Amino acid sequence: MPESSEHTITREQVAHLADLSRIDLSDAELDDLAPQLSVILESIASIQGVAGDDVPPTSHAMPLTNVYRDDVVRPGLTAEEALSGAPEVEQQRFKVPRILGDEQ
Amino acid sequence: MNTPDRRTASAIAEALAAGETTSVAVTQAHLDRIAEVDGAVRAFLHVDAEGALRDAAASDERRAAGHPWSALDGVPIAIKDVLATRGLPTTCGSRILEGWVPPYDATVVARLRGAGLPILGKTNMDEFAMGSSTEHSAYGPTHNPWDLERIPGGSGGGSAAAVSAYEAPLALGTDTGGSIRQPGAVTGTVGVKPTYGGVSRYGLVSLANSLDQAGPVTRTVLDAALLHELIGGHDPLDSTSIDAPVGDLVAAARRGADGDLRGVRIGVVRELGGEGYQAGVLARFEESVELMTKAGAEAVEVSCPHFVHALATYYLILPAEASSNLARFDAMRYGLRVTPDDDPDHRPSAEDVMRATREAGFGDEVKRRIILGTYALSSGYYDAYYGTAQKVRTLVTRDFEAAFEHADVLVSPTAPTTAFRLGEKVDDPLAMYLNDLATIPANLSGVPGISVPSGLADEDGLPAGVQILAPAMADDRVYRVGAALESLLAREWGGALLDRAPELTGASS
Repeated sequence: MPESSEHTITREQVAHLADLSRIDLSDAELDDLAPQLSVILESIASIQGVAGDDVPPTSHAMPLTNVYRDDVVRPGLTAEEALSGAPEVEQQRFKVPRILGDEQ
Repeated sequence: MNTPDRRTASAIAEALAAGETTSVAVTQAHLDRIAEVDGAVRAFLHVDAEGALRDAAASDERRAAGHPWSALDGVPIAIKDVLATRGLPTTCGSRILEGWVPPYDATVVARLRGAGLPILGKTNMDEFAMGSSTEHSAYGPTHNPWDLERIPGGSGGGSAAAVSAYEAPLALGTDTGGSIRQPGAVTGTVGVKPTYGGVSRYGLVSLANSLDQAGPVTRTVLDAALLHELIGGHDPLDSTSIDAPVGDLVAAARRGADGDLRGVRIGVVRELGGEGYQAGVLARFEESVELMTKAGAEAVEVSCPHFVHALATYYLILPAEASSNLARFDAMRYGLRVTPDDDPDHRPSAEDVMRATREAGFGDEVKRRIILGTYALSSGYYDAYYGTAQKVRTLVTRDFEAAFEHADVLVSPTAPTTAFRLGEKVDDPLAMYLNDLATIPANLSGVPGISVPSGLADEDGLPAGVQILAPAMADDRVYRVGAALESLLAREWGGALLDRAPELTGASS
């Protein structure tokens, strides 16, 4: 296991990030991703120090703010249309697997 | 082998208006071409022959009655598979959306339908638009019509290849870091990324929502302008849509076609050239600048010192936004659902299903970028990576502002190289990312850009492109200068670049 330097992502970190991302990565993927991401991170870390503290961040190219619309009823999808791509449907609702713990 | 319909969209529109042909005949000719060559090119993920011919027949009825819905009524079009099409599969090149049929149209698609354009089908792309070669499509790569062993660019390689191979006169693409312009360059076609917010993103499946922009993929600058005017303009369904007219782009393209560039200042960006750029690509670029100068343009060198950091900035901002945007693929409401069944004592939870589905449904590059984005947004790393990238994004925009004080448009090669071989870079993410070196700054700052074919590189005889960038909301300038360059080059060559593309044999791969 390589030491965790500033721009290195370890296998454990990738596993944690995959957990946060809700992706069940295989062992082989974890093995591959850690060095790949470290290489990418090493190259993009070059931007650190480019911008001084006085530079404001840009989150969006066009500075639009507070875009409102009138609060009126508009046509939308029917329930059938909204459910048309659902993996499972029951009683005109999306049917999902259990969302609580086994014991609950 | 039938002769393909090589006419431009505007020529087809004129023929339709003059009653010299019908939309059914034109649409059928393109469907025939698809049947003949797409086994080898693989530009399409889905072809809707029945729907296209039905819409073409309706168009012919409108023409006969004297009431066409638009100038392009009856001209068929292909659509990148990242745009929602009601009743037609929309997969984004991903297994996780295999077979998904949206219950609604993207605004740009609704506008095309409202203008009477028959939809030929959906075109291939890198999964969720992540890539520069279409090799990251879950359904296999598209092949470059100039050399079937080479990439057609990406992510919108399917749209560019379809237009380049005469399978469609027009196509729609989307451009997050170059996905319209780079495929245009490597397939000898025209691609435009409009000003961010100039074309609605409603129904465009988000990759990086602050960077994504839909736009035209065509064989000529005038065709791009015609299509851009149809799809552009304010959309109340997209809160990032600019509430201003799209501008007189067709007039700008027609004006540019006379090749007169007197009074136009062209800024050659010092940082977008030199090292890392193929010699033949640079040679064609320099000739293009020389031609424009002879036509009266004043060429000035401009410096955008922060552009060298644009690629790194992009590869922090894009994964961060993508990791958030792709969280919607949760196996609950649409798309793939994979239920893990390896443990009989444990009923899978919604989270278990989500993890298994995303593992099975996403490809390697998508996983790579989601993990990277999640990292960049993590507590403890946010300021160092994402926060820093947002600041450098500001500096890139300031570079543009400074450069546009000295020039009306900025020019550079569109892509650093011509089309590389399929498989050559697919296992080297960093090498793949370098394809977008010259196109990314425009996405970071929201400015419009066009890629126009600049000729064939001497080393390999493959197409290269020139990129023309303008200030935000000055899309008309890229059309005027783009049309001028196109026209000047056509005079030099005695025809269009695509006339020199090899005949496709129709042999299926």
